[in-house]
Amino acid sequence: MSSDQDHLKETDTEARFEFKKEERSSFQADKGLTEETIRVISEDKGEPEWMLKRRLRALEQFQEMPMPTDWPGQPDLSEVDVDEIVPYIRPDVETRESVDDWTDLPDDIKDTFDKLGIPEAEKNALSGVGAQYESEVVYQNMQEQWEDKGVIFCNMDEALREHEELVREHFMTKCVPPSDNKFAALHGAIWSGGSFVYVPEDTVVEMPVQAYFRMNSEGMGQFEHTLIIAEENSEVHYIEGCSAPKYSAFNLHSGGVEVFVDDGAHVQYSTVQNWSKNTYNLNTKRALVEGDGRMEWISGSMGSKATMLYPSTVLKGRGASDNHITIAFAGEGQNIDTGAKVYHNAPETKSTIESKSVAKDGGRTNYRGLVHIADGASDSSTSVECDALMFDNESTSDTMPYMEINESAVDVAHEATVGKIGDEDVFYLQSRGLDDDDAKQMIVSGFIEPITEELPIEYAVELNRLVELEMEGSLG
Amino acid sequence: MATLQINNLHAKVAEEDGESILRGVDLTVESGEIHALMGPNGSGKSTTAKVIAGHPAYEVTEGEITLVLDDEDLADVDEEVPPEKREWDLLDLEPNERAALGIFLGFQYPAEIEGVTMTNFLRQALNAKHEEREELFEDEDDEATEDEDDAGYDTSPMEGEADDGEIGVAEFQQLLKEKMELLDMDEKFAQRYLNAGFSGGEKKQNEVLQAAILEPSVAVLDEIDSGLDIDRLQDVSKGINALRDEQGTGVLQITHYQRILDYVEPDHVHVMIDGEIAESGGADLARKLEDEGYDWVREQVYGTA
Repeated sequence: MSSDQDHLKETDTEARFEFKKEERSSFQADKGLTEETIRVISEDKGEPEWMLKRRLRALEQFQEMPMPTDWPGQPDLSEVDVDEIVPYIRPDVETRESVDDWTDLPDDIKDTFDKLGIPEAEKNALSGVGAQYESEVVYQNMQEQWEDKGVIFCNMDEALREHEELVREHFMTKCVPPSDNKFAALHGAIWSGGSFVYVPEDTVVEMPVQAYFRMNSEGMGQFEHTLIIAEENSEVHYIEGCSAPKYSAFNLHSGGVEVFVDDGAHVQYSTVQNWSKNTYNLNTKRALVEGDGRMEWISGSMGSKATMLYPSTVLKGRGASDNHITIAFAGEGQNIDTGAKVYHNAPETKSTIESKSVAKDGGRTNYRGLVHIADGASDSSTSVECDALMFDNESTSDTMPYMEINESAVDVAHEATVGKIGDEDVFYLQSRGLDDDDAKQMIVSGFIEPITEELPIEYAVELNRLVELEMEGSLG
Repeated sequence: MATLQINNLHAKVAEEDGESILRGVDLTVESGEIHALMGPNGSGKSTTAKVIAGHPAYEVTEGEITLVLDDEDLADVDEEVPPEKREWDLLDLEPNERAALGIFLGFQYPAEIEGVTMTNFLRQALNAKHEEREELFEDEDDEATEDEDDAGYDTSPMEGEADDGEIGVAEFQQLLKEKMELLDMDEKFAQRYLNAGFSGGEKKQNEVLQAAILEPSVAVLDEIDSGLDIDRLQDVSKGINALRDEQGTGVLQITHYQRILDYVEPDHVHVMIDGEIAESGGADLARKLEDEGYDWVREQVYGTA
């Protein structure tokens, strides 16, 4: 057993979600969203003119678009009032640049991430790590061996300064334009922080790179942007972890993720998110995949009051493939609305979607999916499997899979199961000595095993722990 | 040597106006003994098994189930066990507490649990049993002083390092290997998911394996012989005999057929009809039932066929 696992084992995970620091910030934007606010943010960051223009255009689009309200079974977003959130908080780190030596971080921030297990994971298993506190990335490090090969892993603001042309070409242009949906537009207007990953052609980054996002202040929004560019025949695994402590006011998280998978490249994007139960988690994530490229989305959505998240993949080139694995867990008062979207726009493309959800104590999970096979995308195949597990009669789960098939020479499979946790299964395990809680927990761990199996061990342990805590109802 | 005593047990389906199934069952099984419980379909054999283990689908309306333990059963308990903790009323206990005291139920249709490997499951079960035993036999005066140490993660769902008092991964794997060899089970079983995709015979073998690992005082095996071919029947029988001979387990074997009794010689045979034990005897009784069916027992009890 490696020392990082020891660490994960020893840390009191429950405490991770209860502790919070005094707010510390050197600059905080006023509540609400106006053109003035955006100009101030952009100026504070020293952005180029074209980025400010993109922000302002996105703001217009945000203001024009209506809130989604009438989707069947959709989470209630009426509480989400953008005028009530603080869109930007710059933590008070002296240099204004992220540091690459852990010991240079201010103690309270360091302490936060220590509790979350970030530096330990880095030492042992990662190619690089970034840590975002509030709106800015405060720590960023990349192992030299990867830097020497031309791999770039830095925060988005730095990317904008150091790699302006790459950002200008890819940032919210072809992949996630602000016009995609109201929250993508919001994100485009006030995005801040996040990660930039660039892998040159024929380069394989063997160990995952990781980013961790921590929202610490009350009533704030976090809008980090992740841009991953994998050139021809390259390979990278990016992992993101998120959390926020519990406050009485709502928080809004509206991230944007754009992934470019070039010919023959392979990108895996994994995330285990655990938001406090008053966070609205409304993200837009999309990958564009060229010929023979491969995209994998693996996500564990825990926490939040409401989540609306449907990572999507556009299979653009012949032979491109996509694999989605998602898990959602909804307890009391939570509505977790997740799924996947795949567009097969070329022949011989392949996708699989595996979705698992668990609902208890009146929680609600939805699977909302779309598979589109374009005319001409012959010899393509897709397989969708969604399984829902419910603990009681108060919980709800809906499956809404849409399939638009415009080509006849394709292979389409869809399978859905909805089940209540089996009394006989629980009794079987109890008769072997496990108590009622442990028996149920074992069934849920088994249920999500296809997800945990895909994750690095530290994350698998973490995810299982979060499930344990959810089952005990001890996460606030 | 443990004794399982069932006195005048009445049970019904646990719902309003639930059907009454057991109507006064009396039965005593001591560890080291093999009892066969036979009878026609619907006579209450499986219900008896489930009620012993504490299945929530049944409600006991009358009678007792008692487990009496002696020094041999309590050899693993560190402290001196006082007399009042040697006799347990099982009906007051949760299924896992009954398991911890040494009751095992071999299922006719074992649950299939996806995603949980045999190794992980069995190790967790064994550790849970040990932990529960400690709690059950703990001196009550000490209990108050114990900290609430349940708040954190004592065991990880992943196969992490063992905590104090738990059986570690390496030690457990050795134990599992030995027990599987005893039952002629393929090593690959250890990494398969619990009963998922197992054939009928594999599931039954797995039930015996679990009993071999958990070392119960009394194992109730519900139609462990159903759906087995002759080779598998012999393997399973060998395992049951080993439970008795090597662990001193008492076996209550529920079966329809004489067939398994050719390999597992019972000390006592009981015939259950309409929720009661109608007739008891030695191994001969099973052979008579095989030849003559159950009608004569019914006739003897009710004076009518």
